[in-house]
Order: sequence, then structure tokens, then C-alpha cells
Amino acid sequence: MSVVFDNLDIFLEGMRRTLELSVLSFILAFILGIVVAALRVSPVPPLRWASATYVEMVRNTPLLVLMFVVVFAFPSIGFTYSYFASAVIVLTAYTATFVGETVRSGINAVSTGQAEAARAIGLTFPQSLRLVVMPQALRTVVGPLGGIFIALLKNSGVAVAINVPELTSAATQLGTDTAQFIPAFLGAAAAYLLLTIPSGFATNWLERRVAIKR
Amino acid sequence: MTAPFIGDALGPRGRRITRIVSVVSAFAVIGFIVVAIKRLGDNGQLAQAKWEPFTQGPVQRFFLEGLRTTMEVALVSMVGAMVIGAVLALARLSRTGPVRWGTTGFVEFFRGLPLVLLIFFSALGLPTYGVRLSVFWYVAIGLIIYNGAVLGEIFRAGILSLDRGQTEAAYSLGMGYWQAMLLVVIPQAARRMIPAIVSQLVTLLKDSSLGAAVAFEELLRRGRINGEFFQNPLQSLFVVAVLYIVVCFALSMVARRLEVRQRRRYRAGAIVVPGAGMDLALMGIQGDAAEASEGAT
Repeated sequence: MSVVFDNLDIFLEGMRRTLELSVLSFILAFILGIVVAALRVSPVPPLRWASATYVEMVRNTPLLVLMFVVVFAFPSIGFTYSYFASAVIVLTAYTATFVGETVRSGINAVSTGQAEAARAIGLTFPQSLRLVVMPQALRTVVGPLGGIFIALLKNSGVAVAINVPELTSAATQLGTDTAQFIPAFLGAAAAYLLLTIPSGFATNWLERRVAIKR
Repeated sequence: MTAPFIGDALGPRGRRITRIVSVVSAFAVIGFIVVAIKRLGDNGQLAQAKWEPFTQGPVQRFFLEGLRTTMEVALVSMVGAMVIGAVLALARLSRTGPVRWGTTGFVEFFRGLPLVLLIFFSALGLPTYGVRLSVFWYVAIGLIIYNGAVLGEIFRAGILSLDRGQTEAAYSLGMGYWQAMLLVVIPQAARRMIPAIVSQLVTLLKDSSLGAAVAFEELLRRGRINGEFFQNPLQSLFVVAVLYIVVCFALSMVARRLEVRQRRRYRAGAIVVPGAGMDLALMGIQGDAAEASEGAT
């Protein structure tokens, strides 16, 4: 195990990068996901179809395929990004589909009476979504969204395949350099658990905070 | 089915607005597609030379064999993971404390790790400890351990979802623990778990693409090789993505169909495992929403 303790800085750096990657992607995916959900429940058919197509296509493509598309295929149509930016783009696009579906189910769980009341007092569709339905919907999906963030923390490890220096790549590198894979692996495992377990607690806390008291 | 959440039919003003926005947004969507196609054309990506390879028999075989390898590794891993998962679930429900604690630790540990880390450890680490296998098995080992832990939780949730009365009735008939488990509980629980298992299979199939990162020649890896060879990475990855989407979408539809049917038959929710990954997290809430909308209509 001394390999791990001698190289703690490598693990801390890896954790920092993984956290950066995940938090940045989650914030962007949260925003994009809300837009996706709003389009999917809108009364405008072309917007509903566009958003449904996006969700089904991206959700059924493996994450690594998406990463390869951005890194190897996009340059041939003139879009070239750094590896880190590519990873953020892909993790955002991928996670947004899950956020979108989650928020949509939250919207569907808000009772119809709320939307009808909003219409009855003369709110337009965007207004009633923004002011009445969405705030209630988001509260009910805090738990699932926390689950998505934890899944995102783990998914960010896929970025190792496109040379983004994060936790998985740090551990793999250390394992290869020292030929001591088991300690390096256990170190990475501990580091990931140090990220996911507090996220779980934070989710539970937030869920209790925003719960609608009936 | 995604109906807009506004309960009643729209009035004349609402219909007019919807019509206008529909036309505008339809033009926007079409405009986006046109721009994208133009961009592809301007960069020579629609040139015949880039797409022609896919009409050649050997290239098509190259891709289809890759797809077969992907499916093989997915099926083998799924079977292995189900065996491990069954053992883990039973051990976690065991009446012996230490067995229960040990398994809980094992499951939580492997479920909390990124799959890619397990596959890298398996493919790069195991050889340094003298374990020499084909790369197929390195990938399969990673998939089996991770999905075994996830399926273990699904199985456990399925068993726990069964009414206590079933076990109690079995005991009162004089059955022992294992008899009750095997003859009464598991047959009923297994049926409820089928949608969750199919949906986990979709996740596993997608995750098997991580093998491409450790030089395992499955579909994605072959797509990359083909792209390098013919200098058409965009077209090759496009074909790969289409194949994945077709297979995974079809399987997802099966899972969804099964879940709806089961909901109707048992009036029971889906088996939900918190933190089992995005797909399962999703199934759970879709279930709740479906229930809510059932009540509404």
C-alpha cells in the first residue's frame, strides 16, 4: 500500500480533475436537461419530436462511441476541441438526456389541477411551466437527480479512453509505472467512494430540505 | 406517449399560438438539418469515396462480426453476472450476520466504482499478477463483477418486494428456509424482475464498448480500425452508432413493454435500485409517473 501513500498527490489531483469534469458537466446537463424536458411536454409537435429524437438517439449510444465521435469524427467537419472540452461536451449531452427524462417524469407527477389552475388565471404555457409546474416538479426529482450525479462521477472515468487526466487514468498510470496494480486500484476505489458517498448524503439532505410538506 | 401537461384542449388563442410556433420551430429544425448537411458536404464528407466502402462485402462482414463479438461478450457477461448476482442476493439476505456484512461490503464496493476502472484493472493489472487470458475474458471479467453487484441488488430488491405473507404461508406449510425460497419466493420474484434485467442488459451491451479502450476487437474498435484504414472516421463511427442505436433501442422497447404489462398484471411498481446507474434510476421514476397518470385519467 505504500505506493498509494507515497503518491497521495497523484490521487488528490485525479480527484480534483474528476470532480471538475463531473460538476461542470452536471451543471450544463442540468440546464440542457430542463430545456429538453420543457420541449418534450410543450404543445408544439415539432419541438416534442426533436427533443424525443435527441433523447432516444443519445441515450442508446454508448458513452465511448459519443466520445470517439467528438474526438475523431468532429475534426473532419471542422470542429476541433481539447480532450477535456470533448469529454465535457459528451458527458453533458449524455447526462442531459437522463436529466430530461427525469424532469419530465417529475412534471408528469405534478397533478393536472396545478396546470389547469395556472391556465385558469391566464398564464401562458411557458409561464405556467416556469412559475407553477417546474418548481414543484424539480422538488420531487432531487433524489433521482442526485443518483444521476453519482452515475456521472463514475461515467467520467470513461474519459480515460480519450486521454483526459482524471482519477481512473491517474490510477492506471500509477499501476503501469510501478507494476503494482492492486494498491493503485484500491487507492482509486477509495478516492471514488470519497466522492460518491458524500454526494449521496448531500442528496438526502437536500431532498429533505426541499420536500413539500403536506 | 407524451401529451402536453395542459389538461384540457386548447382554446382558439392557444391553438393559434401553437400553430405559429409549430411552423416557426419546424423551419428551425429543418434549417438545422440543412446547415448540418451543408457542413458535411462542404467538408467533403458526403463524397462517394467516403461511403463506398460500406457497400463492399468484406467491410460489411467486418462490421457485422464486430457486432457479433459485442453481442457475444454481452451475453456471456450477462449470464455470468446473473449467476454472481443470484449468489450475492441470497448471501445478502442470509440469516448469518458475517455472511451478510461481507456481501454487503463487496456489493457496495464494486457498485460504487466506474466500470472502466474495473476493465482496465482486469486487462492491464491481471497479467502482471500472472493471470493470462484472452482479452475477451478480461473485458468479460470486468463486466461480470460490476454487473453481478448491480444485479445482486436488483434480485434482492425483487425478493424483498414480495409480500411477507408468501414466506409465512410457506413456513406454516412446514417448508424450510431453502424450500420456501426456491419453491415459493424466487419463482414469483423472478417474474417481477424481468423488465429490470432486460434494461440492465441494454446497459451492459452499451458498456461492453469500453472494451475498445483495451484493444478488444468488438464493434466500436472495428469501427475505429475501419475509419483509420479508409480515412473515413466520421462515416465509420456513424455506422457503429446506428448499429448500437438499433439494437439498444429495440431492447429498451422490449423492457418498457414488459414493464407496462407487469404493472397491469401485478399492480406493482418496478424493481428500483438506487444508484444502480442512470437507466435503472430512470425506470423507477417513470414507474411513479405512470402510476400518477393512471390515476389522472
